[in-house]
Amino acid sequence: MAEAALQQGVAARRGFGGPALWAGLLLVGAAVFFASRGGLVPSGLILALYALFALLGVALAKARSRVLPGFRLTLAITILMLFLIILIPLSAVFINTAQLSWSQIWSAISAPRAVASYKLSFGASLLAAAVNVVFGLILAWAITRYRFPGRKLVDALIDLPFALPTAVAGIALTALYAKNGWFGAFLEGQLGIKIAFSQLGVLVALIFIGLPFVVRTVQPVLEDLDAEYEEAAASLGANRAQTIWRVVLPALYPALLTGFAMAFARALGEYGSVIFIAGNIPLVSEITPLIIITKLEQYDYAGATAIAAVMLVVSFALLLAINALQVWSARRTERS
Amino acid sequence: MSIRVEHINKRFGDFTALNDVTLDVPDGKLTALLGPSGCGKTTLLRVIAGLEQADSGRILFNGEDSSRAHVRERNVGFVFQHYALFRHMTVFENVAFGLRVKPRRERPSDSEIRAKVTRLLELVHLDWLGHRYPAQLSGGQRQRIALARALAVEPRVLLLDEPFGALDAKVRKDLRRWLRDLHHQLGLTSIFVTHDQEEALELADQVVLINKGAVEQVGEPAQVYSQPATPFVQSFLGHSNLFEGRVVSGALQVEDGGLALPAGSGAEGARVAAYVRPHEFHVTRETSGPGIEAKVARALELGALARIELVGARSGRPFEAEIPKRELAQLALAPGETVRLVPDALRVFPAQEVAAE
Repeated sequence: MAEAALQQGVAARRGFGGPALWAGLLLVGAAVFFASRGGLVPSGLILALYALFALLGVALAKARSRVLPGFRLTLAITILMLFLIILIPLSAVFINTAQLSWSQIWSAISAPRAVASYKLSFGASLLAAAVNVVFGLILAWAITRYRFPGRKLVDALIDLPFALPTAVAGIALTALYAKNGWFGAFLEGQLGIKIAFSQLGVLVALIFIGLPFVVRTVQPVLEDLDAEYEEAAASLGANRAQTIWRVVLPALYPALLTGFAMAFARALGEYGSVIFIAGNIPLVSEITPLIIITKLEQYDYAGATAIAAVMLVVSFALLLAINALQVWSARRTERS
Repeated sequence: MSIRVEHINKRFGDFTALNDVTLDVPDGKLTALLGPSGCGKTTLLRVIAGLEQADSGRILFNGEDSSRAHVRERNVGFVFQHYALFRHMTVFENVAFGLRVKPRRERPSDSEIRAKVTRLLELVHLDWLGHRYPAQLSGGQRQRIALARALAVEPRVLLLDEPFGALDAKVRKDLRRWLRDLHHQLGLTSIFVTHDQEEALELADQVVLINKGAVEQVGEPAQVYSQPATPFVQSFLGHSNLFEGRVVSGALQVEDGGLALPAGSGAEGARVAAYVRPHEFHVTRETSGPGIEAKVARALELGALARIELVGARSGRPFEAEIPKRELAQLALAPGETVRLVPDALRVFPAQEVAAE
């Protein structure tokens, strides 16, 4: 079905690339790590491995003749960009870490401050992404399904967290939620809920920056979702809740998953807006990127990259899992 | 379940989709809503289903006013043009959907649902496809699953929007016959929308012709074809040759000749339009008497009939006549030859009523 194929294409474009690619990257990263432990010069090996990876792709492409020209040229550019922008910088993380011994690495990544920051960073990012999935869906629903004055304005405003320098967002949020701010005065003064300079503050900042990702991934799918499905459900006797729960939401799962993954990935890497509102209290409200920056400022490059490597590996694993879930759900509903 | 549609009006902005539509759909009959695209036939079907609210007018099911009832409460089976099967559910779950969403106290048990869905899938001859997903089915199979799904809730009426519109010709023909049989088997009051006259005339017990949001004629297929009530019906159904001109001493005078009119067709000097179907023409070489003079352009032999394409001797307008092949052989017409067309029958309407198509 053309429709299904289109859907799948859209889902693939929005996804984080094939799981195979992720798995390949992890493997190469690990191989390089171990190779460097043996005192080999790692960079040459990495480049060789990556080149092998790329050549394999080109060779596979060469085997078939294609109707559309330009395939090999665009593939070559794609691989080049992948090298220069993503793979080589990321492998530098592992190369740098490799300067430390195993015990040094372990003590760097298992320091109490680091462990507390992992918990906060991953916990708050997952929670923020979950919150964004719920509210992002409602927002996307409102602006696609209803016509109201100011709809276009709301639609435009959603992109603001994309465009705003994150430091500006951080300062604005801090001003609002601090004890003397508009919200903070009420929440902290009246209800005793401390948001700024606490873990809750981190969550608020991460929700702020992640929201557009969910809205912008769900919105086009909702727009394409024909009202016919809802009408069909209603004509079969389903009430509104049943229609949403059994018909609309399942159709949105892939987009919601993508939105979740993107909001989560963004939240994990966020620095600017969080450090203002978090207060950066050791063991309480320090996020992992802050730990890395702190180590860099202390000229502990290897320690910084060791923690970065932990983040990288865990993020890879989580995104891989989400990707697999997407592939599974797409295969379940859209095979033809 | 009989359906009565009373004075339904529906506008979309400046566009009048339905203009004072009144219609009776008899119990147990298969009714076709037939008309060109954009004529409002689908809107009428959706208003009957409750998917669309009319601006004014009433919909009565068995004499009981249902105009305000939500689609959920009307208990109609609706089959969408593109089927609207739920992609994330198997065929089995699609059919079971209407049963699973019933309020808890009306909901059948799992084993009852299983039995019923299996029965419905057998009814549409697709019981072996229950575990598949809609994307894995062909168009004709999806159509039948959509029908089974609609039937699962035991609807009082069955409404089908362009049921064969998205299928190819061969499948369409098979499914048409199958739907006809199914309707006989179930005896469920059914309405289907189509723009395909062959489909409507072949399938329906009653045909409703709709043009520009208004009902033009209601009748049995043979009746609407042979006794069209309006110029629109005449020109929409089948092929017609149109002659427009003035009535002069009981005959219609046109550039290429004259046509004898039945008594009372129009006052002397009135402008009228006469329609003649190709098979109603008689082709002759006689040079006198009433008739249309035309030149033979070419003759095509199609099965038992031969179609002759002609052009008016003076006007140059194209005409079409159909005569038995045997007759064509006897006539031995040569291209360019001038012949006379004499109609056996024709239908006359006042000229200003002619529908612009």
